[in-house]
Amino acid sequence: METVWTDLLCIGAGLAGERVAIEVSTAGFQSICLSIVPPRRSHSSAAQGGMQASLGNCCMGEADCPDTHFQDTVKGSDWGCDQEVARLFVETAPEAVREMAFWGIPWNRIVPGKSVYFKGGKPYEKTESEENEGLITARGFGGTAKWRACYTSDGTGHTLLYTMDNKVVELGVTVHDRTEAISLIHDGETCIGAVARCLKTGRLRAYLARATLIATGGYGKIYRESTNAVINEGGGALIALDTEIVPIGNPEAVQFHPTGIVPTNILVTEGCRGDGGTLLDVNEERFMHEYEPEKAELASRDVVSRWMIHHIRRGLGVKSDHGDHLWLDIRHLGAEHIKTKLREVEEICNNFLGVDPITQLIPVRPAQHYSMGGVRTDKDGAAYGLKGLFAAGEAACWDLHGFNRLGGNSLAETVVAGKIVGKKIVAFLQGSESKYDTALIKGAVIKNQERIDGMISGRAGHENVFEIRNAMQDVLMERVGIFRNGKDLQKAVDSLQGLHEKSRRVGLRSNGRGANPELSLALKIQGMVRLALCVAYAALKRTESRGCHAREDFEARNDRDWLNRTLATWREGSDLPTLNYEAASKVVELAPGDRGYGVCKIISCDGEIIGA
Amino acid sequence: MGRELTFHIFRYDPEDPDSIPHTDIFIMEEKENMTLFIALTQIREEQDPSLQFDFCCRAGICGSCAMVINGRPGLACKTLTRELPKEITLMPLPVFKLIADLSVDTGAWFRAMNEKVGSWIHTSKKFDPSAREERMDNALAEEIYELERCVECGCCVAACGTANMREDFVGAVAMNRIARFMMDPRDERTEDEYFEVIGTDEGIFGCMGLLACEDVCPKNIPLQDQLGILRRKMGWNTVKHLFRFGSS
Repeated sequence: METVWTDLLCIGAGLAGERVAIEVSTAGFQSICLSIVPPRRSHSSAAQGGMQASLGNCCMGEADCPDTHFQDTVKGSDWGCDQEVARLFVETAPEAVREMAFWGIPWNRIVPGKSVYFKGGKPYEKTESEENEGLITARGFGGTAKWRACYTSDGTGHTLLYTMDNKVVELGVTVHDRTEAISLIHDGETCIGAVARCLKTGRLRAYLARATLIATGGYGKIYRESTNAVINEGGGALIALDTEIVPIGNPEAVQFHPTGIVPTNILVTEGCRGDGGTLLDVNEERFMHEYEPEKAELASRDVVSRWMIHHIRRGLGVKSDHGDHLWLDIRHLGAEHIKTKLREVEEICNNFLGVDPITQLIPVRPAQHYSMGGVRTDKDGAAYGLKGLFAAGEAACWDLHGFNRLGGNSLAETVVAGKIVGKKIVAFLQGSESKYDTALIKGAVIKNQERIDGMISGRAGHENVFEIRNAMQDVLMERVGIFRNGKDLQKAVDSLQGLHEKSRRVGLRSNGRGANPELSLALKIQGMVRLALCVAYAALKRTESRGCHAREDFEARNDRDWLNRTLATWREGSDLPTLNYEAASKVVELAPGDRGYGVCKIISCDGEIIGA
Repeated sequence: MGRELTFHIFRYDPEDPDSIPHTDIFIMEEKENMTLFIALTQIREEQDPSLQFDFCCRAGICGSCAMVINGRPGLACKTLTRELPKEITLMPLPVFKLIADLSVDTGAWFRAMNEKVGSWIHTSKKFDPSAREERMDNALAEEIYELERCVECGCCVAACGTANMREDFVGAVAMNRIARFMMDPRDERTEDEYFEVIGTDEGIFGCMGLLACEDVCPKNIPLQDQLGILRRKMGWNTVKHLFRFGSS
């Protein structure tokens, strides 16, 4: 069996993984990145609208500063985030944006003079100063007090990822693409690498590393309707869960993005609304300003998604063969704006919908979009429970986002966390040596080979892996969506437990040779169902509403009992996760209060009932 | 009731000793707004779970799913079946190493290309974390972005006459990348240094001007213009060198 040694093993080569690898390589250590796709195809590339950093260059962002960004982020999280992490993040973000500029991002820049912008469908005038000409500009996004999202048209993730990977190529960092980590190698105390399957040949390899990083992105594909790429199946989260030690933080915190197109759930950026686009109902009338007089279309994603569903439930959605939807209107922004600032949106609408957004309305509906939950780490990015294991980006619960992430904070998180966690890993590598227990490594490889052989021979059973996956996606979609209640959540848990039982008995219908795609899914399916159970069970147990977690049977945010973070672990042989809880934030800089948007109904820490 | 579609799909898995190159036929009913992503996923789930192909973003953004669709390279995820006849032939991209069936190794090819052209900002400056960013004209930023939109899908390479005949030809994608950096004031490379990279038969002078690259580019990048501009610049560079050589 092939064995590869390195200082740092980065599982995942999207923005977060590569940023960490760059930091570690620059310090003189060896890193190897594993990626299930060529790195430039990572889902980071699909981020469109922007990266938040309080540069305060543009006139609509004047006087912006890390403090304001901090407040927006904490309110956005509905006080679920770790405030120390949020503070660290907002302070580092401006430097991170400038560093990416230095490495080659063609950020959109300030053009001095008067120009028209739209808000709520109405035109207003703004004047950019001569003095700031050519500095990095920004656009508005949901839940922010200032225009803060730095962008390159609506291909911000694409330019960031290409520039990051350019840096990786420049530094000569090794990337093993089409390689999927299928389990971590650990002795219950220390992680020493991973067993991986080559997706070119199907062969197993052992990677041994002094530090291992999980940066595999989110797990949106456990839901049926998701904006996520097909690769976002939670590969990193499920191998962490499989250790029985490392917890998944806040699995129930699942973000739905207001504007997935109907029916393919492809994302159109929040930048559409940030730039002045509006949401319309069946009568082609705006409605968000009735629910949110202050923020209207630009309230946070959880709030906008809820009002959209509420509005559809009132019978004001547009009927279609693919279910009810609403309209996104960007026509008034004009052809020039759409063709320069919203190019991907124009292309996606024309191509997948046959809709020209310059003259026609875009059919939209909320779709699963982001996993706030992930491998729980401390503020240095070190995973709970295992020494030598780290996580960053969407795969991690660092926890910057709490129960709702603000648009533009995820791209920023990948780069900022990559920088910060990278430095911490360098310090860790400088002070550590590893002992490699060959029996442990061999055991891990044999165990995985036996799993594979069992699935190919049909020894384990003959359950169809695609059927289990599809059933799991349906359960989450139907019972663990935007609005949740105890009855549905209990049904979801029951159904998922049945699927978990089936997932033990998967047998392949094909021969499993080479980079067989059925085997790739079969190796993940049990972990995916366990993740789904973590989501559903944690949602069932959290008897309050916070951010994206909206319980119809517990409508108030309950700071007295639930100002905390779920930590889900999985014990082998069990059919449910074990849930523990920790305080949401050790340091409280901004005390819990009203977000300023959404329904304000709070049971305060003292038990006082605030709001309706 | 939709049309009955017949897919003729190239099959071969070099990792399977029993596999020989052949074509498999799959029949399915067409649905409204069906893309090749939807169709191929359904074939894998319902008819042959061993079928290998690559999809990732399924939104025309990541460049994973390029293949030869009825003789023409294109992104499968954004190809609607209604734009195709009911007989659909799918082949893997040529030029790139075959992994299996419709899946080819674009990752290794593009990494080598990026190394070869030095696809990064070459600068002698050090990043100063405390300084404000350097200014740039927004129009220039937008011009750079225009070329930066390339998704490295490989369509232009697969459609290129020279690339199909000669393994060492860098392809329109590499030329476009060089053009992107030449336009960027942050990159300190001189014209001579760029000439070193692409002023050869492997580079701009190997281009036969057939321009299928531009025809098939799914992101509509103006490759023809860039190839023309580069050829002119690199041509002048040759002349300048001849002149300097002659007068010394």
